[in-house]
Amino acid sequence: MSIKFKAAVAASVAGLLTLSACGGDSSAASGEEINLIAYSTPQTAYQAIQGLFQDTDEGADVTFKESYGPSGDQSRAVEAGQPADFVNFSLESDVTRLVDAGLVADDWNTGEHEGIVADSVVVLVVREGNPKNIQGWDDIVKPGVGIVSPNPASSGGARWNILAAWGHVLATGGTEDDAKAYLTKFFKNAVSLPGSARDALTSFTSGNGDVLVSYENEAILARQNGEPIEYIVPDETLLIETPAAVTVDAPAVANEFLSFLYTPEAQTEFVKSGYRSVIDGISVEVEGATDPANPFPTPKTLLTVGGDFGGWGEAKAKFFDEGGIVPVIQEETGTLE
Amino acid sequence: MTALLEQKPGRAARKRRPARAVNALGGASGLGMGLAMIWFSLLVLIPLAAVVVQATTGGWDGFWNTLTNGQTQAAIRLTVFQSFFVTMLNVVMGTMIAWVLVRDRFPGAAILDVLIDVPFALPTIVAGLVLLALYGPESPIGINIANQSTAVTFALAFVTLPFVVRTVQPVLEELDKDVEEAAASLGASRLTTFRRVILPSLVPAIAAGAAMAFARASGEYGSLVLLSGNLPFETEVASVRVLSYLEGGYKAQASVVASVMLFIALVVIVLLDVIQRRVSRRG
Amino acid sequence: MVKTSPLVRLVLRLTVVVYLVGLVAWPVTMVVRQTFEEGFTYILDSFDDPNVVNALQLTLVATVASVLINLVFGVTISILLVRYQFPGKRLLSAMIDMPLSVSPVVVGLALLLVYNPRDGWFGKGLAEAGVQIIFSTPGIIMATTFVALPLVIREVVPVLEEIGDEQEWAARSLGANAVQTFRRITLPSIRWAVIYGVVLTLARSLGEFGAVKVVSGNIVGATQTTTLVIEERYQNFDRPTAFALAFLLMFAAILCIVIVSILRVRHESRSH
Repeated sequence: MSIKFKAAVAASVAGLLTLSACGGDSSAASGEEINLIAYSTPQTAYQAIQGLFQDTDEGADVTFKESYGPSGDQSRAVEAGQPADFVNFSLESDVTRLVDAGLVADDWNTGEHEGIVADSVVVLVVREGNPKNIQGWDDIVKPGVGIVSPNPASSGGARWNILAAWGHVLATGGTEDDAKAYLTKFFKNAVSLPGSARDALTSFTSGNGDVLVSYENEAILARQNGEPIEYIVPDETLLIETPAAVTVDAPAVANEFLSFLYTPEAQTEFVKSGYRSVIDGISVEVEGATDPANPFPTPKTLLTVGGDFGGWGEAKAKFFDEGGIVPVIQEETGTLE
Repeated sequence: MTALLEQKPGRAARKRRPARAVNALGGASGLGMGLAMIWFSLLVLIPLAAVVVQATTGGWDGFWNTLTNGQTQAAIRLTVFQSFFVTMLNVVMGTMIAWVLVRDRFPGAAILDVLIDVPFALPTIVAGLVLLALYGPESPIGINIANQSTAVTFALAFVTLPFVVRTVQPVLEELDKDVEEAAASLGASRLTTFRRVILPSLVPAIAAGAAMAFARASGEYGSLVLLSGNLPFETEVASVRVLSYLEGGYKAQASVVASVMLFIALVVIVLLDVIQRRVSRRG
Repeated sequence: MVKTSPLVRLVLRLTVVVYLVGLVAWPVTMVVRQTFEEGFTYILDSFDDPNVVNALQLTLVATVASVLINLVFGVTISILLVRYQFPGKRLLSAMIDMPLSVSPVVVGLALLLVYNPRDGWFGKGLAEAGVQIIFSTPGIIMATTFVALPLVIREVVPVLEEIGDEQEWAARSLGANAVQTFRRITLPSIRWAVIYGVVLTLARSLGEFGAVKVVSGNIVGATQTTTLVIEERYQNFDRPTAFALAFLLMFAAILCIVIVSILRVRHESRSH
């Protein structure tokens, strides 16, 4: 019957599919290829750095295949088998996931820079002109101020924000209960909790809320692209450290790429994108910073996850896992509605 | 011959010729069935089963804990309620739109007809962005519904618009006017005629459209991401909750919520299928 | 014919127009306005980016594949559902509707669980045999095909049910074999349902986003479909390109729908 004919067509289509799968990823590159998997923000920086790397001897024959997206998504994709040679995420736990999966060696962060390629800080982003006159953490939990922040359940960026918010209370002499009360007010004021840091930026620039809690480099990048926003570096804030690593099966040139990232040329590109360098001596005007000539003011109190929170493992368990401080507060503020 | 062959795509009309004795599968049709089922299994059944299996990896306890999590419950409740509400909205508006398009000729009606298919043609993220721009904080007409449950309703109404309209339209077109005129000549008021004569013939089509609208609404994601704000307990829908679980690394919990949504959708589909058959048998 | 009073008719008309304009027409004009802010520049400039061109090609491949596969599968299943009897028919019919209700996130998760190269049920074995599904084109095709699966079937089944099978019986009793019956009798009778189903499948496939995002890996220049590029461009402060691409997808889908409607009207008026 007709069915036979159609079955034959279906079979041949399926065959075509299989063929395309086999042939699909055969990039006949004469040089080497580095699969670069990163979170979304450093895309501009990497595209410049790749060019610089290809100008060097080690990188002369190298081509890049890149993917950018939310840090957690990317990490999970690599865990699920997405080809990766070099990874750069916004959260250490996203690298740890790969270590646990046997894809990254467990000495990835024992080097001089402990695996961190670029830094930033948590800042408060406001509309041009700062209409609500927000100067610090205490101003954003006032009634009537709408906060936009990524959702801590799904976003790595959100976790930096929460820890910064918590840390500032303790750093100014508050107790843990004070900090919990602060976070409760924070979530009550939240008008939008998008899935990722970049989504939060988009939400804010589309008109939601009065203040966005975000990374300094995101704010600078947005301003470079003409977004009418300003940002405030609070007196107490958290140092954001973005980890990078090379996978176990990566070609040797991927390691050389990682080393290249610590050179002044590469770090300059990061800085131009709004990041704080991890090596000394980079001094360049950064367009988009509040003061391009002095783009990275040192906050009065700079907290770190390692120093003030006992490392990500402890922080995750205490704050973000089921039963942790944040889910409990979210449940409370939610059910209080 | 031509009269039988030409027809309009769409739902069955009121007059339905009973099918002749149906064949049992055998030989070539059996082979075809086998191949089709293999394909369907590989693409749909097995992957969906994998989700359900994943949901059981936490055991009964894990399953129950996830379901009793306040935030998850709120998300599921919101999704079901909003999908139901939007489906009802579509039943009313969809029938109304179909009526106006079929029974009322006025200049520009053709353009409206094309508009109905736009939600199908527009990628969901674009729909979300655009709705945010028009009905969010920067709305040119001052209507700001972003980050409220109204926003969810709006986005869902947008993506489900075509379903009821497109199932009811062909039936309305096919409707036999004789019975309506008979009723009118017997003194029935317009409303009664509509209620007793027209509506029953439309119910199967409406039910079919409603099933698809509910199904689509309960799974919607792209258009809600920016417009709704994903506020837990307020505007967080089930699909966002699944994603949150996934991104937290809680695959089993994500699968639990996904399985529950699959189950609800299946129940609604079957229910509406029963309604469809019940009514068409009577009619 | 029930004659509605002029007042009722006006009210109905007004309600419908306001609803459709507010919900659909206005958003569409916004997309158009944003795209053509500077004439055709945005659209033309977007073609300069090789990643965009690659994405458009990928969308085309995935859409064509999805349409072909769902056409064959859809017509087959429709005929089997209507003309044959077998146990589990009602359940199969309900399951066929499932893809419409499955959230794209779940679609991605489901396909990932089964076909991912590290520990997927089938993916592991396939990867060892050199076949890449997830993070590659076949995975994208599968995700796109999945979400559009019921569309052809839902159009064809009611038509098959309505027209009955007397013609086919007649043809068979006159000696036509199965293929002839299918080609000469069945296929022409469901032609318009199939075409409309195909167009809906096309529109749905062009716009698929969520599921593709999960299974593709979002590899720039390799596994990004147009919808993924739209999101990326929008979030990287490049709204012109995002809107230009959105407009292209929307326009392509609407064009097909409109052409089919016109052809259908032309065909009907000709045979009256």
